[in-house]
Parts: sequence; C-alpha cells; structure tokens
Amino acid sequence: MPPPALTAKLTEPEPAPPPYSDARTPKRRGIELTLLAGAVLISVLGHAYVGLAGGVSTSTSHYAAGLAVAALLAHLAVRIRAPYADPVLLPIAVLLNGLGLVFIERLDLATPGEAGAGDQLRWSGLGVGLFALVVFGLRDHRVLQRYAYLSVTAALALMLVPVFFPAVNGAHIWIRFAGLSFQPGEFAKILLAVFFASYLAANRTALALTGRRLFWKLRLLPGRVLGPILAIWLLSVGVLVLERDLGTSLLFFGLFVIMLFTATGRIGWIAVGLLLAALGAYAVGTLEPHVHSRVQDWMNPFASIDRGEGPGQLAQSLFAFAAGGLLGAGLGHGQSFLIGFAAKSDFVLATAGEELGLVGLTALLLLYGLLVSRGFRAGLALRDPFGRLLATGLASIVALQVFVIAGGVTGLIPLTGMAMPFLAQGGSSVVTNWIIVALLVRLSDSARGGGAGGPG
Amino acid sequence: MIRYIRWCAYFCVLLLAALLVNVARVQVWESAAYGANPANKRPAIERYAQPRGNLLVDGRPVTGSRDSGQLLRYERTYTDGPLYAPVTGFSSQTYGTSFVERAEDALLAGTDPGLSAFPLWYDLSRGRPGGGDAATTLRAAVQRAAYRGLGGRRGAAVALEPATGRILALVSSPSYDPGLLSGTGAKVKAAWARLNADPAKPMLNRALRETYPPGSTFKIVTAAAALDAGVVTDVDAPTRTPDPYPLPGTSTLLPNAGTGCEDASMAEAVQWSCNTVMAKVGVQVGLEGMVAAAERFGFNDEGLRVPSWVSRSNFDTDMSPDQLALSSIGQFNTRATPLQMAMVAAAVAHGGEIETPWLVDRTTRHGGGLVRRFAPRTLGRAMSTPTALRLQELMVKVVEEGTGRNAAIPGARVGGKTGTAQHGVGNAGTPYAWFIGWAAADGAPQPAVAVAVVVEDASAVRGDISGNGAAAPIARTMMEAALTGGPR
Repeated sequence: MPPPALTAKLTEPEPAPPPYSDARTPKRRGIELTLLAGAVLISVLGHAYVGLAGGVSTSTSHYAAGLAVAALLAHLAVRIRAPYADPVLLPIAVLLNGLGLVFIERLDLATPGEAGAGDQLRWSGLGVGLFALVVFGLRDHRVLQRYAYLSVTAALALMLVPVFFPAVNGAHIWIRFAGLSFQPGEFAKILLAVFFASYLAANRTALALTGRRLFWKLRLLPGRVLGPILAIWLLSVGVLVLERDLGTSLLFFGLFVIMLFTATGRIGWIAVGLLLAALGAYAVGTLEPHVHSRVQDWMNPFASIDRGEGPGQLAQSLFAFAAGGLLGAGLGHGQSFLIGFAAKSDFVLATAGEELGLVGLTALLLLYGLLVSRGFRAGLALRDPFGRLLATGLASIVALQVFVIAGGVTGLIPLTGMAMPFLAQGGSSVVTNWIIVALLVRLSDSARGGGAGGPG
Repeated sequence: MIRYIRWCAYFCVLLLAALLVNVARVQVWESAAYGANPANKRPAIERYAQPRGNLLVDGRPVTGSRDSGQLLRYERTYTDGPLYAPVTGFSSQTYGTSFVERAEDALLAGTDPGLSAFPLWYDLSRGRPGGGDAATTLRAAVQRAAYRGLGGRRGAAVALEPATGRILALVSSPSYDPGLLSGTGAKVKAAWARLNADPAKPMLNRALRETYPPGSTFKIVTAAAALDAGVVTDVDAPTRTPDPYPLPGTSTLLPNAGTGCEDASMAEAVQWSCNTVMAKVGVQVGLEGMVAAAERFGFNDEGLRVPSWVSRSNFDTDMSPDQLALSSIGQFNTRATPLQMAMVAAAVAHGGEIETPWLVDRTTRHGGGLVRRFAPRTLGRAMSTPTALRLQELMVKVVEEGTGRNAAIPGARVGGKTGTAQHGVGNAGTPYAWFIGWAAADGAPQPAVAVAVVVEDASAVRGDISGNGAAAPIARTMMEAALTGGPR
C-alpha cells in the first residue's frame, strides 16, 4: 500500500503542457526509419565481413533478416504508439545490438564449441519484443509512479534471490535455472530507478528544505526522509558483500546520488554520499578477498606476468586494446579471444578496441554518449518531476554502466563484472537495456508532445 | 530541476572524456609497449599465421610448412632434415631460429621490406606478403656424398667453389632432424633436452662452429708464407734439415711420421708431409711473417659470416720459436674450422685469392620475383699467383704419388694435403684425420671445387696415412660429385 504522501502528491494537478500540433512539432519517423536502415546495413555488412575474415560461410542472411524484422517491428510500435518519440534512440539501440552480435559471432569463430551468437540473437529478439510491448502497453509513464513500493519490493527480492544460488566465477549474481542463466540485478536497476524517481518526486521539497542545520549549508534530514537513503546505502554495500558484485552496488549507489542531486540540487548530499561510498568501497576493497584481488589487478595488471603465471584477463584486455592502435586490426583480424572466458561478456569492448581501433572505439563510445544525451534531453523537456527524474535516472544508468565497464577493461578504474549495454553477451542485460530504451522512447514521446497529458 | 539535469549531463560528459582520454592512452601512447610485452602472444600468432618461405637446394625445397591447427598455426617441416641441418638450422616456435633460418628470417617470415614493391601498402592494410624463398648455394649431390662419406662418424666436410666462394656442401656429423624442434609442447621440449644432453653433440655445427688443430694440412699455409716471403725460392732445393729436428731453444726433438725427410726439399716435404722441414721453414719465416700469412688466409678473423657467423680460427700472435715451429705444422694452439681449411684449399685453387664463402645464392618473393642475388666478394689475397700455381703442383703430387693417393679421381686434376692432428693431454686422444684439396675437370682452366674433410674418430692407425685413409676418400667422392654429379 503506498503511503498517503505519495498519493497525495499524485492527486495534485500537473501543470498542463502547452498544446502541441503536428505543424509545430515534427514527428520525424521518416528520419528514424532511414537511420534504422543505416544501422541494419552497417551491422549486416560487419557480419558478412566477419564471415569472410573467418573463412567460414556464416548465416549472414539469417542475421540480416532477423535484425531487419526486429528493427521494423520496433519502428512500427514507435510509429503507432509513440509518434513524437526521439528518432535517434531506436536506431542507436539497433546499431549497438547489431554490432554486439557481430562481435559475438566473430568471437564464436575463434572459439568453436562455445557459440553464443545464436542465443544472443534470440535474447535480442525477446528484448525487441518487450520493447514493443512496453511502447504499446505503457500509454503514460506517470502510471509507473503508482507502483513505487511494488517496484522497490520487487527489486529487493530480485537482488536477494541469487544469494541462495551457487556462486558463478566468484560472484553471487546469477540464477541458473533449467539451463538458462539469468542476472536479476539487471532488472532490479529499472525498478530501482522507478522507485527513486517516484520517491524523490514525492519528497523532494522535504529533502531540499527541511532538517536541522548542521553547519554551512549542510542540513541534517529528518529521520523519516533520511531512513530510506541510509537503507539504500546499506543495501548497496550489503549486495556487494553478499553477492561480491562491486559493479551493481556502484551502479545503484551512483544512480541514487545522481537522482538525489537532481531532485534536491544539494551538493552537500553528493559530498556525503561520495564520502559514504568511498568508505564502503575502501572497507570492502581491503576486507573482501574477491574485490581486493580486483583492486590489486587494477593497480598492477602485469603482476601475474612478473610472477611467471602469464597475463591475466586485464593484461590480455590491455594487450588487445593496444594491438588495435589507431585504426584497428580490422573486423575478424584481431586476437581478443586470448582474453579467455569473459571475452564475449565483460570484455567485449576489447574486441571492438582491437578490431576497430581508437577510431572505431571512439565512435562506439560517442554512440553511447548520444543515447545518454537523448535521455537527458527527454528529461529536460518533460514537465512532471517524476518523468524528469526517471529520464535522468535511466540515462544515468546507461552512462554509469558504460563508464564502469569501459573504464574497467581499459584500466581506468578497478574491474567490475558488468555488461556493456547491448554489446555484451548476456540475455538479461540485453533484455533490460531494450526496456530502458522503450521507457526513454515513451518519455521522449511525452516530452515532445505525445501521449502524456495529451488525449488518451 | 532543469539546472541539475544539465549538471548531471555535464558530469556524464566528464566521464566520457575520461574514458576517451584513457582509451587513447592505451591505444596510442602505450600501444607499442604493450605490443612488445613478452607475455603478449600476438606477434607470435601473426608470425606463424602463414606458411614460412622455403629453403631451396638445386631449386627444390628442402623445407616445408605444416598446418598444426594450433594457435601458432604453421610449423616448419624438413625433408632430409639431418642432411641439411648444418645449413638450414632449425626454425622452432619454442626455441627460435638458427643458421640460414635465422639469417634469412625476415625474408622467410615475410617481414622483409624487399618482399613488397609497396611496403607501405602492407602497413596500411595490415596484411603481409607471403614468406619469400631462399635458394642455397648447396649442391645436393656434393652434400649427400659428404654426408654418406662421414656415415655418422664425428666430423665435418665442406666444399667450396673457389672462383665464387659458393659453399657447395656443408656437413656436420652426427646430425639431427631440426623438424623435431619445430612446434611447441612437451615433445619438442623433450627432443631439445635429449639433443642437448647427447654426448655426440648432434646440434653442434662442426663445419662452422668447431675448431680443430689442422695438423699437416696447415703446412700449405706455411709453404705459402715461405714462398711469398722468399725464404724458399726453389721448391726442389734441399733445405738442410736434420731428422729429427730439435725445436729451437729446447732439447725437444721433433720427429717425422715417415722416412726420407732429412734434407728434403719443400716439394718432397709437402709430398711426404715432413714435420721437420715445415717446422724449420716456419721458424725461418718468423713469427711476424707466419701470423701475417695465416691472417691473410682468414685465421684470427671473428667477423666471417656465411651468412651465419663462423667461429674464429686461431693462430697465436705471441709465441717462442719452438712454439712457432709446432704451430707451423698445425699443432700447439693452431686451430681451424673445417670451413677455414676449405678456404685454404680454395685459395690455392683460385690463384691465391679467397672469395667470401656464402650459403644463400638468391632470395625470391613467394611468387618468384627476385629480391636479392648473391654477388661474389673477394675476402682478400692469401698469396701471390705464382706461389699458388707452385703449390697447386705440389698438392697434385701429394695425390698422384704422395700421402693423399686415396683422393685421386681418374680423368681429373686433383690436388690435396692430408693431415693427422694430435690432440688431448700428451696427445692421448685419437688423432683427427684431415684432408684438404681441390679438383679440376680434365682440360678445365681452373679447379671447380675445393674441399676440407675432418674425421674426429679416425681409425687408430697413427700417422699421415689416417688422413689418407679416413678423410681423403670422403673428399674424393665430394669432388667427383662436384665435377660430374647432378645439375647445378
């Protein structure tokens, strides 16, 4: 049952958006279709080229048909149900997902017997299906605000379930069931973003203005409002300790701090949050052996070579990036499979770096940047606080995730097991990211004059 | 809230910038350092990703490549591995390369810029031209004759073309199959350990990298020094040498193996290998003259490449007269590689001039276009032409009626010199049997081949007769093969 405070907020009338007309706000669906055709073409050409380089006839025609049909389906969903949506979001998602499939196919050729492209294609299909379902089913994003506490309960449940399953590669973040492996933390991040947005939209006045003043501009919040914040912080550290998942807890905490700041605009809270995060990370980094070894690897990636044990994963990843140089070795001409078992998941960016070079990798990172910026733009254009916070949160999820994993595999920050959005092998990840894009499409449609507040 | 969303966006821009800067650091600034890390397998994978170019003998490849299906894809194979091992060396994914495989590695591996008309194209496209081929100067018939002649006994044999320096045969015995070392893994490691532990030292290249006391074959150098220095002007004049000859400044008497050396002429001394006469002549030439002569032949030279490096042959530069006397008959500290002694024979055969010995005739691209062609280079003049011609006559006599009759080839003009080198503490070791010589086809203006053969474990018959018995027949079959057998 949602507390009265939330519902009370909801019943307050939103300021009505100024009326839009088709004449003033172009829908730009034709542009989206053109960009989609380009994204599919680039991916299919990449797929064909990988097949040629591998000297094996691959199923490029199947791949091309699958990708084109998925793109068309998603486009139709947007055209029908979110005609004012940002025309760049969907093509970027298709391009990233398509390139991810190319990289996985390319690594499959180097490691026969561990094929992953087929599964990934099916998961991507499911993801696109869910995208269409969300775009179709969710007419107004503000409906989600009602399910704040349901969301957080579900998120907590999803995060806690893997604790009861055996660890995989040292981390309790998977559920293995009926031959499928599944990472519930991926879904939890959307649910948490919904909860944060809802909670902060409802309480932001209290957070921003109340509380006893401590010193300077820092105010102690009343326990009623402070409670959930501390709970979330403890939760993120708890997840980290129980599941040995530095990445997810970092993501949740970063997400919370960003959304808190967006809602209140109080730098002091950011400072407190970062301080608490640093303390928690330091404690876990020194006390928890799994995390500690990651930090050691980061500080000296070549230590295992000096010990005569050969290069570790991070060293192999750095070698792969370095081998790419400025222009890359060319699709299918790299040796990033040397990274080993996580080459297709956590380290898929190393394949991009080696085979496309700094030029290609920069383009790829800028694609993510564009996706994130379009999320923020939707947030800026929206008028309801919940929508703004949700758009900011979803964009921040993508941004933080890209930074944490890309920074990890290139040695900028300690490595954490996370999936590069759309690019990496992993069913739950690709499905989750399609839902994020679907929500951003819905939000941008509302922002640019579609569904929310309008008729329907 | 709008302002704070913008701030969040700026923060994300900051994260993106940090990522891009770091990626540029790894991919541009640190790229070379990471690429050169010995734990990085990429250079090796790239190196073995295509078949290696081949080494040719008589135009036919004696090497090949095998697709191993491993990460390091192509492994080296050898046809007649043990026969050509002293020339080819090995090309191992575990232990690197040796000899011509090493000297021509860039060409064979396909990295030589000469392999491409547009090297920059390969830099840009990241592709590589196929490995080029290297044609050796060897002649299979001569090589095979030498290998069969040694028959697994410890020793070495070298044949040269005196006019050009082309090495026609280079054999070390016993030999090994370099193909055993080609790949990676436990089998290769075991073969490496076994070959290195073998007391017969099959991987030692005795023709280029082992020095032996040259014994009486060195008397050709001493004779050349005496004739050029004018110490001996008439090779048929008696030399007034006692038999035995007391080494100057000592009471040690130097004996001869045979009889008839007392007061012998230089011609007789060469023909019957008189220690006494040549020791005395060496002392008469003097230390300075002997050192200069030996160095003109190539002794004390550390810089010889064929194109693999060759061990330095030694003639001491600071000796007492009695040591000089012993050195002049190829004993004391005088040591020579078989190649060095083949060069001595070749110098006589080529009118006193020594051509740089060389193993790679020409290199070609994978398709056949020429990359480089061997051009003969003069190493220096060892003696005057008249001296060389006079020594040719003396060496012919050795084969026709002297100690080297086993080297005679019917219908050919053959010159030679036998040697038995004593070694070991108190000369206790089984003496090394030597033969150096040259042969010219009947009516040919100059000799077409010069050879040197050394057999370590010669039969226990002491004296010069063992050079004739063990080494001369091998030299004869080699010279026969060079004069008649097999196409060029």
